[in-house]
Amino acid sequence: MSGTSLQNNIRMANQIARNFEFEQDEEKAVAAIATHIQRFWAPLMREKIFAYLREDGSGLAPRARQALERLMENEPA
Amino acid sequence: MLQYYQPQKDFGTPARVSDQLVTLTIDGVTLSVPEGTSVMRAAAEAGIKVPRLCATDQLEAFGSCRMCLVEIEGRKGYPASCTTPVAEGMVVRTQTEPVAKLRRNVMELYISDHPLDCLTCAANGDCELQDTAGEVGLRTVRYGFEGANHLDQPQDTSNPYFTFDPSKCIVCSRCVRACEDIQGTFALTIEGRGFDSKVSAGQATDNFMSSECVSCGACVAACPTATLTENSIIALGTPEHSVVTTCAYCGVGCSFRADMRGNTVVRMTPNKEGRANEGHACVKGRFAFGYATHKDRITTPMIRESIDQPWREVSWDEALTYAAGRLKSIQAKYGRNSVGAISSSRCTNEEVWLVQKMVRAAFGNNNVDTCARVCHSPTGYGLKTTLGESAGTQEFASVAHADVVVVIGANPTDGHPVFASRLKQRLRQGARLIVVDPRRIDLVKTPHIQADYHLPVRPGTNVALINALAHVIVTEGLVDEEFVAARCEHDAFQAWRDFIADPRHSPEATAEITGVDPEQVRGAARLYAQGPNSAIYYGLGVTEHSQGSTAVMGIANLAMATGNVGREGVGVNPLRGQNNVQGSCDMGSFPHELPGYRHISDEATRSQFDAAWNVTLDSEPGLRIPNMFDAALDGHFKGLYCQGEDIVQSDPNTQHVQAAMRSLECLIVQDIFLNETAKYAHVFLPGSSFLEKNGTFTNAERRISRVRKVMPPLGGMEDWQVTMALSEKLGYPMHYSHPSEIMDEIARLTPTFHGVSYEKLEELGSIQWPCNDDAELGTPTMHVDEFVRGKGHFVVTEYVPTEERASRRFPLLLTTGRILTQYNVGAQTRRTANSAWHPEDVLEVHPHDAEEYGIRDGDWVGVQSRAGDTVLRAKISTRMTPGVVYTTFHHPFSGANVVTTENSDWATNCPEYKVTAVRIERVTSPSSWQQRQREFAEQQAALLAAARSS
Ligand code: SF4
Ligand code: SF4
Ligand code: SF4
Ligand code: FES
Repeated sequence: MSGTSLQNNIRMANQIARNFEFEQDEEKAVAAIATHIQRFWAPLMREKIFAYLREDGSGLAPRARQALERLMENEPA
Repeated sequence: MLQYYQPQKDFGTPARVSDQLVTLTIDGVTLSVPEGTSVMRAAAEAGIKVPRLCATDQLEAFGSCRMCLVEIEGRKGYPASCTTPVAEGMVVRTQTEPVAKLRRNVMELYISDHPLDCLTCAANGDCELQDTAGEVGLRTVRYGFEGANHLDQPQDTSNPYFTFDPSKCIVCSRCVRACEDIQGTFALTIEGRGFDSKVSAGQATDNFMSSECVSCGACVAACPTATLTENSIIALGTPEHSVVTTCAYCGVGCSFRADMRGNTVVRMTPNKEGRANEGHACVKGRFAFGYATHKDRITTPMIRESIDQPWREVSWDEALTYAAGRLKSIQAKYGRNSVGAISSSRCTNEEVWLVQKMVRAAFGNNNVDTCARVCHSPTGYGLKTTLGESAGTQEFASVAHADVVVVIGANPTDGHPVFASRLKQRLRQGARLIVVDPRRIDLVKTPHIQADYHLPVRPGTNVALINALAHVIVTEGLVDEEFVAARCEHDAFQAWRDFIADPRHSPEATAEITGVDPEQVRGAARLYAQGPNSAIYYGLGVTEHSQGSTAVMGIANLAMATGNVGREGVGVNPLRGQNNVQGSCDMGSFPHELPGYRHISDEATRSQFDAAWNVTLDSEPGLRIPNMFDAALDGHFKGLYCQGEDIVQSDPNTQHVQAAMRSLECLIVQDIFLNETAKYAHVFLPGSSFLEKNGTFTNAERRISRVRKVMPPLGGMEDWQVTMALSEKLGYPMHYSHPSEIMDEIARLTPTFHGVSYEKLEELGSIQWPCNDDAELGTPTMHVDEFVRGKGHFVVTEYVPTEERASRRFPLLLTTGRILTQYNVGAQTRRTANSAWHPEDVLEVHPHDAEEYGIRDGDWVGVQSRAGDTVLRAKISTRMTPGVVYTTFHHPFSGANVVTTENSDWATNCPEYKVTAVRIERVTSPSSWQQRQREFAEQQAALLAAARSS
């Protein structure tokens, strides 16, 4: 069986980040990851991973984490 | 359009294209035709039919029957009009006493060896031999039947769809030529000589079924006599009217004439006017339509409280009220976002439009997705990003202008047979071929075709291989600099060029990853770049990967870098799986996009829809299919309306999907059969087959074609009416009296469809979008002067290995695919005689692996991944590379998707069906999942039987 939805979301965020790993410009990569998640993830999924980020977030790759932090700041609470 | 049955017009020989016109006179009529046209065709264009038997406009003239003799002034003898090209000033007479006599004599010889059972013959009234005998005025046969003849030859009834009755054969060889020139299978030959010559399928000991024949029916269509006849015609008689419609199977979207007797389809005849297929078809569309009236069809709505209860047959009104009530109470309890819908690429444009409209307007969220999620969503993402439009660039006919064809991750002879026939025609004319596939697909070596390169890429490493091809192009100076400078974004190209030139992308450096010989990669890259017209065709072997979107962008990069976009014979061509994948994507079926691929967050677009639909749309993307499953298991997603899609069988990681379905409080399934998903449903709404409704499909070349109703819906309602009724019960009434009105709304709200209407479709036959003020007749080739997005955008495509890797525990890679005779989950084709060819899914294993694991052909083999396990029968096959096993997912109990995992494309969540690490072993019994599944299926069958008997 597969993991929980949170695990799936973490994995997906990390996978997106891995696909922008090549980008040497860190700022550009983080912005691209953030935009991607903003454009394709339903709010439910974003909220879930934000909650995880607030509590722990250790399973997130550095760039995924930065992107999500940025999104979380902009998200109307 | 309803028309009394008329055989399709036949001009005798194929049309010629030439700027040079030739003027001649035939029976006193003067006309001009393109140079190279035959006298026979010119006569037909002047309205004069020259009697003929061996000629048909689907095939090059052969000149064997001597029936079409004419007189030409200044020429000796009586030339055959089918093989004689027109000449300037030629004066032809088709009806003179001497030719009439000659024709009668020839006809007399034919008939002297032909049974005279016209009145009881299946082709009576629809037979060219009979017609021609009438045309030449045959009145007597002097030779009698006493001499040697062929009248008692046995029939070959081995093919389930047609009968071969050699006693009626006139050895015109139209069938043989159709099999060779149109279908490209070369299954038939004329054996023997002179009087002894006869048509034969395969070797002397073969019959049609055991031969190479793929049952496309081209020979049956070509046969002028009753020698090759559809069994449905034998059983039901000849048609009395016919209706033009579109195949409901694959993304080729062949046009057909449904030949009818009353409400009964007696035959599907490929439509010669259909631009996608030009008179050809495959075994699915041509013959496998019987499912529509199969006894398993469910035609009464049913409801139940929970899935362990018996179904209860109810009225439409009760079912819809119940469904709407449950959805509303779920939303009241769990919130607006707790419900959603999934539509299918098997449905019409109008149907999927209504589903997304209902979700956005009546559900009040964007939780709508379509099965394209699990096949071509990376195409949408990748082509939009690079070229600016989520669609293929060409029409199918374009392949006739290609010099080099690259087929990546597609198996056209099985998945897109009619396109494959076109492609093979071009390859036989000398176009070069590169195949990139872990499996040695048929195309690699087939009669008169041999791929120049077959790159057997290791599953999951497409991006590394595409990068290696690009590396060669960039570092060997093969870039079309002029094209790139004029047509593409400068900075993005430079960034890509710098990236791809890095030696780590060279064929030598990536060989370790891809498993492909670097010299072969270099050769293939050079051939592709050399063109001059190079076209790429790709399929799910590209998209269904963790880097599916990246691979699509890599393909677009290759085409742009070599200047292979924007004219005939080139381009980037996704071969879509199901009939309406393109259309369902166009219609805004993705949760983040409104119709026409416009993001839901775009206020300007949203406000148009707000105004038209009188609602305020949610600006946030909704859940995609896999996200819905996750949210269901989390308890956030509780209600699902599923139209025409069997997610339990088709989506990966079956046990995960099944658990998600069980957790729903309301599952509404609208389908023609109680499919695997419906076994978890609370409401069943009977769907209508493509024969029972009006609408349109859009094929892989963006071609919009009409689907026409030829019989009333068995359940009483067409699918679009059902969605409309459900929406009304939800408090959001819609008002359409015909799907044409839905199309009018689509056209109003979607810029690329502005010019589309049913009237125009009636007039033009079909339309390739974009169709609007800039392109009133549609757009066969896209990106001609500039890309849809302006300048082409190169994307850096870093190879990121999938997490799914062979390991000690799971040492092999499983990849999945399709076969010719079955279609998708098989719900339709399994209920036809197509199962004669593919009664079960098998596991293809390379002999080396078979030896290592002690497996023999035909053994039961357990296949286990980290997601689950199943048992399949083994087929030892050298098509696979060692280390890779292969299966299909057409049968529910084979459980191929129990084994596939939840891994998906990084950008779109398209599942990684093509790579699953597995281990295999010989076993003696079904897997525990299969045993549970059988019990569950039996239980559900009993619950259904309860409804039907009450
Ligand atoms: S059905 Fe198609 S493949 Fe079979 S013999 Fe006829 S033309 Fe050839
Ligand atoms: S089977 Fe039909 S098409 Fe073929 S040679 Fe005989 S008459 Fe002609
Ligand atoms: S090629 Fe595809 S569209 Fe054409 S008849 Fe076959 S299944 Fe139907
Ligand atoms: S039709 Fe011309 S020779 Fe047969």
